[in-house]
Amino acid sequence: MISFILKRLVQSVIVMLTVALIAFSMFRFVGDPINNMVGQDTSRADREALTERLGLNDPFIVQFGRFALNAAQGDFGFSYKFRQPVNKLILERMSATLELSFVSAVLALAIGIPAGVYTALKKKGFLSRGIMTLSLVGVSLPTFLIGILLILLFGVVLRWLPTFGRGDVVAIGGWTTGFLTVSGLKSLILPSITLALFQMTLIMRLVRAEMLEVLRTDFIKFARARGLPDRAVHFKHALKNTLVPVITITGLQLGSLIAFAIITESVFQWPGMGLLFIQAISDVDIPIMAAYLVLIAFFFVIINMVVDILYYAVDPRLRADDA
Amino acid sequence: MKLRTGLLVAVAAAAIAVAAPAQAKTFKFAFQGDLSSLDPHSLNESFLLATLGNVYEGLVLYGPDLEIMPGLAESWKLLTPTTWEFKLRQGVKFHGGQDFNADDVIFSWQRTLSEGSDQKVRGGQIKNITKVDDHTIVVETPAPNPILVQDLPYLLIMDKEWSEENNATNATSAAGDNTGNYANLNANGTGPFMIESHKADVKTVLKRHEGYWKDIEGNVTEVEFTPIKEAPTRVAALISGELDMVYPVPVQDWERLDDADGVSALTGPEARTIFIGFDQGRDELLYSNIKGKNPFKDQRVRAAFVHAVDLEAIKEKIMRGAATPTGLLAAPQINGFVESLNTPYEYNPEKSKALLAEAGYPDGFEVTLDCPNNRYVNDEKICQAVTSMLAKVGVKVDLLAQPKSKYFGKVLSTSGYDTSFYLLGWTPGSMDVENVLSSLIVCQDEENKRGMFNLGNYCNPKVDELTAAIGSETDQAKRTAMIEEAFKIVKDEVGYMPIHQQPIAWGVSDRVTVNQRADNGLDYRYVTVK
Amino acid sequence: MEQSLERTRLQRIFGSDIWYSFTHNPTAIFSAIVTVGMILAAIFAPWIAPHDPFDLATISIMDGNLPPAWSAGGDMNFLLGTDDQGRGILSTILYGARISLLVGFSSVIFSMVVGITLGLVSGYVGGRTDALIMRIADIQLSFPAILIALLVDGVARGLIPSEMHSEISIYVLIFAIGISGWVQYARTVRGSTLVEKNKEYVQAARVIGIRPFTILRRHILPNVMGPVMVIATIHLAIAIITEATLSFLGVGVPPTTPSLGTLIRIGNEYLFSGDWWITIFPGITLVVLVLAVNLLGDWMRDALNPKLR
Repeated sequence: MISFILKRLVQSVIVMLTVALIAFSMFRFVGDPINNMVGQDTSRADREALTERLGLNDPFIVQFGRFALNAAQGDFGFSYKFRQPVNKLILERMSATLELSFVSAVLALAIGIPAGVYTALKKKGFLSRGIMTLSLVGVSLPTFLIGILLILLFGVVLRWLPTFGRGDVVAIGGWTTGFLTVSGLKSLILPSITLALFQMTLIMRLVRAEMLEVLRTDFIKFARARGLPDRAVHFKHALKNTLVPVITITGLQLGSLIAFAIITESVFQWPGMGLLFIQAISDVDIPIMAAYLVLIAFFFVIINMVVDILYYAVDPRLRADDA
Repeated sequence: MKLRTGLLVAVAAAAIAVAAPAQAKTFKFAFQGDLSSLDPHSLNESFLLATLGNVYEGLVLYGPDLEIMPGLAESWKLLTPTTWEFKLRQGVKFHGGQDFNADDVIFSWQRTLSEGSDQKVRGGQIKNITKVDDHTIVVETPAPNPILVQDLPYLLIMDKEWSEENNATNATSAAGDNTGNYANLNANGTGPFMIESHKADVKTVLKRHEGYWKDIEGNVTEVEFTPIKEAPTRVAALISGELDMVYPVPVQDWERLDDADGVSALTGPEARTIFIGFDQGRDELLYSNIKGKNPFKDQRVRAAFVHAVDLEAIKEKIMRGAATPTGLLAAPQINGFVESLNTPYEYNPEKSKALLAEAGYPDGFEVTLDCPNNRYVNDEKICQAVTSMLAKVGVKVDLLAQPKSKYFGKVLSTSGYDTSFYLLGWTPGSMDVENVLSSLIVCQDEENKRGMFNLGNYCNPKVDELTAAIGSETDQAKRTAMIEEAFKIVKDEVGYMPIHQQPIAWGVSDRVTVNQRADNGLDYRYVTVK
Repeated sequence: MEQSLERTRLQRIFGSDIWYSFTHNPTAIFSAIVTVGMILAAIFAPWIAPHDPFDLATISIMDGNLPPAWSAGGDMNFLLGTDDQGRGILSTILYGARISLLVGFSSVIFSMVVGITLGLVSGYVGGRTDALIMRIADIQLSFPAILIALLVDGVARGLIPSEMHSEISIYVLIFAIGISGWVQYARTVRGSTLVEKNKEYVQAARVIGIRPFTILRRHILPNVMGPVMVIATIHLAIAIITEATLSFLGVGVPPTTPSLGTLIRIGNEYLFSGDWWITIFPGITLVVLVLAVNLLGDWMRDALNPKLR
């Protein structure tokens, strides 16, 4: 187990470096950063001087080396646009994204798993079919349109919920939280539903599919034959055995929640990292883009590791590989 | 009993709550972009300058209609063609309590020329400033400059002592090695509003500066600014009543705003002109099926293009009646605007076809139109409409619409003007036509930094000569005559295809009244909350 | 032996069982009709559509912003109204569906082929091969799908001369969206393969000397198809929506030849104005199309899965 984790750690470092390299090589295609850093009247000489000062004229390898060296020490440089350390900007924004993703993940799991189990058990039921169809309608529209429609209904027509932002936040050390104020909690509702919808459907359908298969296996039939009550069969035996693929996909999906938050955050002007990143793209703010991508890679690497370790814990058969 | 006491307490608390903050008048608004810095010299961009214009002030100020008013200078006069004397206002204090004096002006001017400053163009209008006494200065310009004060409203004045104390004597640079970081997140101006809190790209709160040297028209005491990037979200936040004002509002939503309760669209023409330029410099057109020559060098081809484009249709359908079709590259709000030349070219596709045939292209030709898709109001849609209109006279246009960072990365001088046909918009920073001529119309001149936005290199020596004279002519009548002559030549030669003045649209709640300036600037001095 | 097995298998899949299941499932019949109808409408758009919205010489901006024919101010020429450029909504939907379906199906098939192959190999072979493939998957997963597509598109634009962009942009999109989706298939297939390969029947097959390729194809692949079909159906929706989001970021198909997703993205801007038809009709079309494909996928999964029969 320990050697397994160590091996994964080494691999993870390689993954991070590769991400950094790919991310960095991508920037030259995004556009010219200088134009967003100066006004229209700024002369070409001044523009070129700025390019030089930022080290953008150096060969690619030199730029990447400098970036990797600083990044390894946790320094991602200064934002071109905000003229502040990138670390500070991202840390300020991280709490917003993590809170949103967390609430969405809880929503997706809390609704997705029971709904999946229910639709599997009551396969032919009217309600099951209704849930299945409705969940499909939800994923048939682009996220940004769903977000806008929710804003339109609950923000503009009914005026129940705020249309943008995080509401009032409370700062606890470096962490700002919206969980402690009424407006903060109200602000969370629409964005988290928008973000969770997709994952919810995916988890539900996956749980249902796996559950249906497991319910037909011999060992469930044996369990029933042994006279165990339905409850025990369904939840102790069947659900437990659906968990392997569910953990894989759910793990990956939870990670991609953070990434998918980009679009939700833009629609709701949610002041998280995703919004910071999407604006950094249009402003060609390379230090922010680089730091964000490396950070996202870091999250994913961690999630992947946890998923793999859980695999071991949940399915004893896999441990045979280790031997 | 207990219940009643509780009730009484509640009533009392409510009474206090109503009584105490009766004075607080909070104004909440959203804009599509963000306030990237609080340093007034860090970026020469209109939203940043208009916003910081409430915190810092220049020697002169913009009035509600963009007219020049005395600001930190009470009066000014021309001593010789190249020297001006400014009398500075007495008794003005910065937010931190420091006195305003001549040293602050000299310091701020020098700061605009420091490394990291993006105000070098403004600062460069001045050659030297000498202090006569604490409240009198003499400003020297490199050449006679009749429009010097036009350039001063956004040369914002900082306090010398404060900047030195906080190690902010250089402008905040985008490169990490700056020393001016304190001014990036803190401000100390003389303006009517102070920064209460500022979290870049999230929220900025400003409070009224009680010691401001002048009474202001509005009654607002607190301003809350939030950037909201997506237009539908912005409009929703206004209609739902969460915000008092949002801008810009997409043209198609104007009617909806007017129909909705409690909000309306406040609209007007912006001082920005949208136009299309032709590559007239290269001997062979890039991105075209015509090889070995450049059709745009032929005036008849350019004329054929302008006659093929129906500006009224663009106004009606794309801009929902909100734009002002134009024949000139300068808007009416711009100093030196020529009314007689502002009539658009006639829409006449038959004439266009005839001209193309006459020039040797009876079946048209192919060309690529470069277009931004997130810079101007409906920029991409205008390009699409132009593409479709040109298709009707046989010209096949490939539309390359890109985000502004990619678009500008391609077409500007730093990339060697890599375009043959492009859409661009221009508001002269000085609000004077001289800037239009010297940026867009004179021949490209790398050395003297002129014609740098003349991306297609329209070039006529006579116009260059006139532009140079206009820059230093102090006799208004002579200057006007020369301006007319220069623009007449450009128009007759079809140097450009002007499209329209783009509209400004603000969504405003009925709870507030605001003053809309033609440069899209929001001045909190004129905000009243009912 | 091989031959006869092959034949019975084919018979099993395309034979009476499936047909029976299909004819006794009204949802399946209905969604099949809708899907096939839409695919046909998209394929034959040039003959069905009243106008060619991609031919700039025939559209007139003066027809812009017309409401649907049945409301006041509508024009019978434009049954579902027009957008601000004067393109008929009905025609743009037909042509747009063509592009969306092409991008959607092509990229899903691309992802599936790559993902399943790598997933099977990874799970069955194990060891270094597995580690390598899964590390590549990790690297790719470290990027949101949108970003990978953006990266691929950006690199392609860097390599291909700009005058060719509008012609090849659709292939770049298929590749970009396809390559960003394979990991999910690979991870899922690998996960199931790991479980399946230790089961007795696979062990037995191995013992009697059946070649690994045959084992993979005959014993493991059918057993991992369940989860794969679930992903594939939803992935088709994702592919179409990713395409819309990419055009939102300025790297989709050119606005002069819009896809269904692009139409919705454009329509998004008109939700607050009175021009509801610009958003609603493409939106309904997309929902109906994706819903039908998904329902069909649901039925197919149940019918194809040997365990569920």
